[in-house]
Amino acid sequence: MRDVAIVAYIEGQNTAATSQTPVEMIVPVIHEILKRANVERSDIDFWCHGSCDYMTGQPFSFVSAVDALGAWPPIMESHVEMDGAWALYEAWVKIQTGEAETALVFGNGKSSAGDMNRALTLQLDPYVVAPLWPGFRALEAMGARAAIEAGTVTERQMAEVVSRSLRDASDNPNVLAYGYRDPDELLDEPMTANPLRAHDCPAMADGVSAMIMTTADRALEMCDRPAWIRGIDHRIDFQNLGLRDLGRSNSAALAAFHAGVTKDKVDVAELHATHSHHEVILAQSMGIDRSTTRMMPSGGALVANPLMAAGLARFGQAARQIFKGNADRAVAHAAQGACLQQNIVAVLEGN
Amino acid sequence: MADDILRIRTPIGIDYTWSSGPGSVGYMRGLENGKLLGRRCPVCELVYFPPRNGVCPRCGVLLADEVEVGPRGTITTFCVVNVPFLGQTIKIPYVAATILLDGADIGMQHLIQECEAADVRMGMRVEPVWRDKSLWTPSLENIMYYKPSDEPDADFDVYARHL
Amino acid sequence: MAPLRLFYPYDRTVGSTVGRFLTSLANKKIEGTRGLDGIVHVPPAEFDPATGAPLTEWVVVGNAGEVLTWSWQPEPFADNTLQQPFAWALIRLDGADTPMLHAVRVGSEKDMASGMRVRAVWADEPTPSITTIMCFEPEHGHG
Repeated sequence: MRDVAIVAYIEGQNTAATSQTPVEMIVPVIHEILKRANVERSDIDFWCHGSCDYMTGQPFSFVSAVDALGAWPPIMESHVEMDGAWALYEAWVKIQTGEAETALVFGNGKSSAGDMNRALTLQLDPYVVAPLWPGFRALEAMGARAAIEAGTVTERQMAEVVSRSLRDASDNPNVLAYGYRDPDELLDEPMTANPLRAHDCPAMADGVSAMIMTTADRALEMCDRPAWIRGIDHRIDFQNLGLRDLGRSNSAALAAFHAGVTKDKVDVAELHATHSHHEVILAQSMGIDRSTTRMMPSGGALVANPLMAAGLARFGQAARQIFKGNADRAVAHAAQGACLQQNIVAVLEGN
Repeated sequence: MADDILRIRTPIGIDYTWSSGPGSVGYMRGLENGKLLGRRCPVCELVYFPPRNGVCPRCGVLLADEVEVGPRGTITTFCVVNVPFLGQTIKIPYVAATILLDGADIGMQHLIQECEAADVRMGMRVEPVWRDKSLWTPSLENIMYYKPSDEPDADFDVYARHL
Repeated sequence: MAPLRLFYPYDRTVGSTVGRFLTSLANKKIEGTRGLDGIVHVPPAEFDPATGAPLTEWVVVGNAGEVLTWSWQPEPFADNTLQQPFAWALIRLDGADTPMLHAVRVGSEKDMASGMRVRAVWADEPTPSITTIMCFEPEHGHG
């Protein structure tokens, strides 16, 4: 295996609703990430993008996104109809196979373009589930109840996750929700999609995240303390919710095992928990001890959830903890699909 | 069972709020006032009409100055539509053409009318026929179609790199 | 900014397994397939989840069953089968081992509980669609 590191990461400003087009949102972020790593466009030999046309409301929007890259002379690029974290995985494979040395990975989403709760229904089985139009919130709420009734998650734990996330978000200028809320106070709020309360659900955002990954030959030129990807894996559970124990995530457990999460202590974890109960389920499934690991210092996806960029943001935020020397070993995770169906996990190390 | 159903119809309708983006505001305001406004790339200096999301795809930078283009232009390529299809609003045969507006560096698509389809040719000079001003909206539909402007044809060199 | 509606009238081929399931639904009969391990899947699994073997043994199950988990939908979407606040539930029908997703019609969320019994309510016009079950409701009337 080749040693591959994340050497730069930035986010565009997360907003509740931008008037910019996706391409206009992406352009300045691409400029900024190149500047951050002190490289030229010509230094990037693979570009990989994650986004979703159903969310943008524009067929082939991923093709117009190439306009943001300055694709002349022609570049080697690819796109995944997934969160940018899966674009990261594709880029990692591309580097492993020797087809690329340095990759620029980005994800973008414009959640404000439509009713995402409804649009996300289109990820479900199109024969006997999607025609009912359950929406996504309802499914996550059913997952939360399954976890609560199985005893793997408590409502208090969920409130504590929200309280901590809002507090951490107060130190992050790129969030849509923050503040100091006591768990007891949160538990007094009404349920909006029983058993979920509004604060158990993510603050939807329009946003972009981008990173540069490279091999050992160049990593130290671009970054003082690169975040080395020591293990990475992704796994998928059944699409059929009826076949899964919604109180845990088997695919997150498998991905974490193969990425080597439990081989050593985890200083920091950035998990793509878009709903408060996800954090508890994921940590249990992945073997992360929430009492000794610093969970989501960025505030996580609860406080800013730019769809298709928020998963890659977890990898970027985990890498930042390594860049800054706050952590020697960090776990990054992204999820897609209903009730944590698909999970990608990486172990990042500073040494 | 031989008579089990084989297909189902699963219509999907999603509502969006579409934003054309700040980079296209000038273009649309121009159309509202009967002007064709493109934008210039600050790096390669090509003029885009329409301004394509406000971005130069060649350079990957936001477009800068607004530039008035046209209204006349040159047909670079075209096709004669003889095929009827659902929702067709124009009588066949008709001509759809790529028109390089004077001062612009990318072609745009529009209809050619007021001439026989057989007379349309590459290099033909055309001018817009606008809808009645009371019907103008921030849309290229303000121009109903282009028609021959009866100027001499443009030299091939003028549009050769736009093919 | 302008409103935009994208509409796709998808016409899907369903294959023999889902085709039979939907055809049976139009006849007010719910059936599933038996996995190699004996598990009865409703809706039917086309292939055995563990081995990938095609599943061909059909089992008729009941029109009623048990709620395993649920959530509350305070405002329906225009294309939900119910146009009032209702519950979503994973329902394990009598004779089935895996639960299916559907809507449950109750007066309020206080009437919902995991473990409760619910029965299918059929739409007036039978169609080969999951929506020909309009919803489920508590087996002994509204709670």
